[in-house]
This record gives sequence, structure tokens and C-alpha cells, in this order.
Amino acid sequence: MKRAFEIIDHVADVGIIAYGTDARELFSNAALAMFSLITELESVEEKLHLDLEVSSEDRDSLLVEWLNELIYLFDVKHILFNRFDIESLTHNELKATCYGENFDPMKHTIKIGVKAATYHMLRLDKDGDRYKAQIILDI
Amino acid sequence: MARWQGQLIKIDDYRWKIPENYKTGMRVPGLIYANQEMLESIREEQTPEQVVNVAFLPGIIGFSFAMPDIHWGYGFPIGGVAAMDIEDGVISPGGVGYDINCGVRLLRTSLSETEVQPRINQLINELFLSVPSGLGSAGKIKISQKEMNQLIVEGAYWAVKRGLGFEEDLDVTEEGGCLAGADPDKISDKAIKRGMPQAGTLGSGNHFLEIQVVKEIFDPHVASIMGITEIGQILVLIHTGSRGFGHQVCTDYLRVMEGAVSKYGIKLPDRQLACAPIKAKEGQDYLAAMACAANYAWVNRQCIAHWVRESFAKIFGKSPAELGMKQIYDVAHNIAKVEEHTTDGRKLKVCVHRKGATRAFPAGHKDVPKSYKEIGQPVLVPGDMGRCSFVAVGTQKAMDESFGSTCHGAGRVLSRGAAKRSMKGRDVVQDLESRGITIKAGSFHSLAEEASQAYKDVTEVIEVVEQAGISKKVAMVVPMGVIKG
Repeated sequence: MKRAFEIIDHVADVGIIAYGTDARELFSNAALAMFSLITELESVEEKLHLDLEVSSEDRDSLLVEWLNELIYLFDVKHILFNRFDIESLTHNELKATCYGENFDPMKHTIKIGVKAATYHMLRLDKDGDRYKAQIILDI
Repeated sequence: MARWQGQLIKIDDYRWKIPENYKTGMRVPGLIYANQEMLESIREEQTPEQVVNVAFLPGIIGFSFAMPDIHWGYGFPIGGVAAMDIEDGVISPGGVGYDINCGVRLLRTSLSETEVQPRINQLINELFLSVPSGLGSAGKIKISQKEMNQLIVEGAYWAVKRGLGFEEDLDVTEEGGCLAGADPDKISDKAIKRGMPQAGTLGSGNHFLEIQVVKEIFDPHVASIMGITEIGQILVLIHTGSRGFGHQVCTDYLRVMEGAVSKYGIKLPDRQLACAPIKAKEGQDYLAAMACAANYAWVNRQCIAHWVRESFAKIFGKSPAELGMKQIYDVAHNIAKVEEHTTDGRKLKVCVHRKGATRAFPAGHKDVPKSYKEIGQPVLVPGDMGRCSFVAVGTQKAMDESFGSTCHGAGRVLSRGAAKRSMKGRDVVQDLESRGITIKAGSFHSLAEEASQAYKDVTEVIEVVEQAGISKKVAMVVPMGVIKG
């Protein structure tokens, strides 16, 4: 299996590069990459799910908004996600069901606090039949 | 990252100019305060290109400045200062940063190192319990949405009226702890929801609480006016900002500004510089929202200062007053402010963006508290965890040259990842403890990222601003105990 994502180093913060065979998988892997920075993904069980709708101006900003929405849910509702089912994705709208569980300090380690997804060095590319996205996170 | 190869013209040993003709579109030259040695590391990160990018912004006056603690940031560099004419200039959330009004508050005590040393572990443990810190830390103050709306309008006063601190604290807080123009209607529901549970928390990342010892006094007269009188005197430094609330405000308004950029036809070299004319609705809305976040941060530091006083009182069995726990000052490090400045003999209203920079107003300025009128505004420059910090004052030179601004800290040199690879959190603890510094941290993960090696030496930074004349150092302090989120 090809790698779903990788983590890149950045001077002040941290970045992710996500891959996907289509845009839906790309968005899902980007979210997965972000939660892999926050906690150990293996420690998260699928105990709840949440339906999400996100919209934006274009595909690039949609990716930023999507990740910011998940950051918001973690910050406010303390939900850790480990699976994302992107049901529909247009150039500026996304519908997804996100699976995970509530943060439990006895069970989960929080590695870093991701505070925002940024537009800096934001890149969405298609390399042959493989989609690729680079995004820097403020931590 | 490739090394920056652009032209830097030496003005003197501490000032370097990026000429306006370096890139078409620059409206003003860039000015970097640094010594020759620092320039090497500054070039490594492409940071000067960010100084150049800021020079593109409409309405910018004088220079796009970079303080010696400059490092890479989103859009604006951290350590960047830019003043925009409010008539035709822009305001950019990227020129303030995500952590709006991240800043520091310094308290003094009448305790000495020898009195505190035997109880330092007890004290640090007590502080760790009484000041909520760490990732996702929830506050001790439970507030309703209505109270949240009051909090973000009233700033530090909101905490003081609830018994958290004293009115006199407000006198020695930048803007009196309340930036005017805050309007809760300009705040998203999301920001409110992120902010409510985190009010009165230290947070994580580079935020910390430090028990410090005065090591050196450079100007005894000025120091004594701040109540810093003895070598060995204990001070307490609180470094935090507006938590998830400020981040959400920034995120929300970057999106608003994206729209404004195309609406007003503003050409930008970097999307993170998204901005709007100050006079436009988008600009005014951001200023009103930013003020809310700034006020939230002042409430945070006000609450924490109160709990610090309570902790000291508990451990030393004396009241905060008996322990001489007065506030020296509280400054913002990430903020945009409308101020009056004189350039080329003209009095102008400008919006000064300070991102990782400190206001440094001189003696006699109307915005300097009465008690400091004679000496100038205190400037608080924390170093990295485990090294030293400085207390300084603003100067007329800063007013004349850098829109009353100076440096804010040490400035990162290693990425968080690189810092982690070079050192483990536990090693950082051992290293600090071997130097007699007690530390308590919420997580070992974030600790390695904040190791001393990840930062420039603040001593060099302060030396540059002192030699350049934009601030004057007053005292140097070293840590004795640290609490990290």
C-alpha cells in the first residue's frame, strides 16, 4: 500500500503531506495525518460518529476549512477522530462522517496541540493519478 | 529551505536595509535590526523575504521592520513591525498572528532567592495545581456566554471586579488591560465556544510561568522605580495569550480577508498576508474582533497573576501585600494598534502591526503609566525556558525610528521537529535541574520543542536593540522554577 501521508518539518510549526487516489481519499488522509500529530491513532476507538458539512470558496481553502473544523471539534468537544468517510466532495463543499471517541486522559496521550490549519505553502497537486496536498499547521 | 541571497545594505553595525528596488512592488525598504553574526541565521530561513513581502502592503510607512529576534512566521515574520497609514493603509491578521495579544506580565516580590530556594518545589507544585495549564486545559472560572461577551469587552477589569487582582494592576497594563472598540457581534459562535472553557488558562506550546531571580541590574535608578531593588530578588513572569479564542478569531478573519483582497483588488505576494483597508468594513470588523481577543488574553494573565499571588501567600503564610507582590508591567507581543506617530515632521494616525514585537514608548509619552512617566514604558523580553530574561524600557529613538517598537524575545532557530530530534523532554528536565532550575510540565512532548537550543540567545537580541538605541536594558533575570503547559 502506498503511504497515506507524511509529516514534514517546518521552522516554527509542522506540516503534513497527504496522498490519495482521489480527492476524497486525499481529504480523509489529510485529516488522519493531523490526528496522528495530536495523538496515537491506534489508541482511538470508533465509539461515536459525527456528520459534518463544510463549505468554502475553492478547493484549497476547503481543505483548510475542513481541518480547521476538526480542530474546532477537538478543542471544544474534545473528540479525537481516526476515520473519515467523505461522502461527497465538490470544489467548494464537503460532506463527511467522522468516527472516533471522546478524549480520555487515562487512555490518550496528547502529543501536540494543533491550533490552526494555515494557508502558508498550501499546495494541492495531482501527480499522475495520485492526489497530493501539503499543509502547514500552527501548533 | 534555501538560503536567502538578497541584498542587505549595512547602515551601521546593528541596522541592515533591504532596498526598495530589491523587488518590484515594494512600497518601502526593509530594515532589519541585527548584528553580523545573526544575519547568517536570519538568511538561512528565507525570513528576509517575508520582510520584503510585508513591504508590498498598501499604506505602509517608513520601513518594513524586523527586530533581531526575527524568525519565520505566517505571512509576516515573527519580530515584524509595520505601520500603515489609517487613511489608505491595510490591516492584516497575519501581522498580528494567531495568538492575539500573546504577551507577558511581570510581578515583583519582596522575597529573596535564599527565602524561596528551600520551598521552591512546594511553590512550583502549588502553582502547577492552581494555574490551569497544558493542552486542552479547562479553566477554573466557569462562565456563561453572556459573561464571555462582557469579558471580551471589559478585558482585565472583568477579572479585577470579580476579585481577581487589584485596580492598580490595570494602571500598569498596556492599554489598561482593555483595548477599546471590542465588539462581540464581530466574533463567531465558534470562537466564543473555544474561548469559554479556556478562560484563565496558561495553555501549552511556548507559554510558561517562571519564578525568576534578579541577577544583574544595569540601571539602578530605573530599576528601583519598577520596584527592582536587589540582586537575588524574586520576580514572577507569566507568558500566555488568547488561547483557542484568538486562534479562531484569526482563522475566521483570514477567511474574511481572503474575500476582501479580491474585492478591493489588493495584490499580495503571499496568501497569508490577506488584508483589508483599515477604513473598510472588513478592516474595522477585524479590529473590533482582535480587540476582543486582546482583552481575553489580558483577562487570562490577570487571573493567572491572581492565582500566583494566592499560591505564594499559601506557601509563605503571608498576604500578597506583605509579600510585596505588585505588578511591574504587562505587555502585548502580538497586536495591532492605532497610534499617533510623527514621520517626516507630520503627525499621523497609523495602525502599527507588532507581531512578536513590543511597544517601547519613551519617558513622557501620554500612554506610559504615571508611575513610569519619568523612565519610559517597561519592555519585558523573556528568553527561552532556562536561559535568562530582560527588563528594559522604551526610548525616544524607538519612537522616532521604529514606531515605538522593539524586540519581544529570543526567536526560534530550530524547528520543533529538529529540537525534538536533538533532545528528549526528559533530557531537558535533567539539564534544567542540573542548573538548579525546578520544572514542572504538563507534557514531555512539548518540552523538548522548547529547549534552549531551539532559540537564539536573548542576550544577543537585547544587545542589538540596546546598541541600536530602540530600548534600554534595566535588569537581567534568570529562572529558578518553571511551569510549562
